[in-house]
Amino acid sequence: MTTAPASSVPVPYRVTWRRREATDTVTMKIRPVGRPLPEFRPGQFAMLYAFGVGEIPVSVSGLPVGENALVHTVRAVGAVSRALCGLGVGDTVGVRGPYGTGWDLETALGRDVLVIAGGIGLAPLRPLVLRMLAEPGRHGRISVLIGARTPSDLLYRLQARAWRTAARVAVTVDRPEAGWQGDVGVVTRLLPRVRWTPADTTAFVCGPEPMIHATARDLVRAGVPPHRVHVSLERNMRCGEGNCGHCQLGPLLLCRDGPVTGWDRADPLLAVKEL
Amino acid sequence: MTTRTGLKTMLCQLDALSDDQRVRLMGLAREVSFRAGARLFEERRAADRFWIVRTGSVVLDLHVPGRRAAVIETLGPGDLVGWSWLFPPRNWHLGAEAQSPVRAWEFDAEAVRRLCREDPKLGYALVLAVAEVIGHRLECARTRLLDLYGPYGSGLPR
Repeated sequence: MTTAPASSVPVPYRVTWRRREATDTVTMKIRPVGRPLPEFRPGQFAMLYAFGVGEIPVSVSGLPVGENALVHTVRAVGAVSRALCGLGVGDTVGVRGPYGTGWDLETALGRDVLVIAGGIGLAPLRPLVLRMLAEPGRHGRISVLIGARTPSDLLYRLQARAWRTAARVAVTVDRPEAGWQGDVGVVTRLLPRVRWTPADTTAFVCGPEPMIHATARDLVRAGVPPHRVHVSLERNMRCGEGNCGHCQLGPLLLCRDGPVTGWDRADPLLAVKEL
Repeated sequence: MTTRTGLKTMLCQLDALSDDQRVRLMGLAREVSFRAGARLFEERRAADRFWIVRTGSVVLDLHVPGRRAAVIETLGPGDLVGWSWLFPPRNWHLGAEAQSPVRAWEFDAEAVRRLCREDPKLGYALVLAVAEVIGHRLECARTRLLDLYGPYGSGLPR
């Protein structure tokens, strides 16, 4: 099957599977109705169009091997994301993409890897984890640190359990619920719990911006070179192609030059007020 | 035990002490263990001891009227449990409970304060170490105040 070039016009995809991850979060697999879009890489995003409602950027949360399918995880926080979460199997969604830079796994080859996620930030990191686990021996120790608001908000619970065979997985929550026996506190509190060598570590970080700040700060303090702290930034993306300027962060247009960028680039830009 | 990351556990902070200072401080420590569910201390009571966790985990909690105590934070190997012993009024701000079987070094607060008075250099180094732990916990607490992982964790949409 041939693939269509990255298109400015939404291409119809159909929902073939969906699962409710939490009360407000849904994961769905979508397959092309006609020609599929070009292959996505972990960390890239698509513009998902809920017909008649609007369009939002959503990172791929899974790239099924051997299938022309995309997996997205959407948290309902606005009109469009609520509409996307409400789609059922058989419903159609418009898709543009692939957009963005994606995670640079090459910088992690042979090194310890820290994957650090806050909340829905685990979604863009999931294909990266799956890719690494599918390529054993290419990296050092792999650790996945997950922060969630409550235990009920944890994503991919069953799958994260399976990751433990090849990676160290640690979870912390902000607000424990009855019966929670795990950690409580910010995700950076998990850093001393795993084994990694800062000078020889590559980190991939995604979550709310304050969480990214705190995490990158602790990683750099511990000795990780800033350029090996890869962060995925969230901005209001509209065109996805670097034309409209909605997602501009100083010299970067995050839909084109991001959303993944090194902390050495992001840190000085995020320190500028009102940028 | 030291972590390999250089992050802010109390044990890492103690690396800043000289060998002699560390030996003198650790000479005041005694090895203790707690079963899961054991209370280490309660809010408002006198803070007369502190611990450095060797294995297991300890949760810090805060009394909420009419409800179960709210768990604030989890501490693990290498972490300092309790700093209220250092500053007046020397009462615990939170409660602490062993979440799992815990082994720890326990220090008598008055003995450590006396050691600090006798050896101001050691005292200064220890206060700096504790202050750094407190500072890091303050940073974490402030970050959490942003309701980090919620859908509007980064603040209201602009």
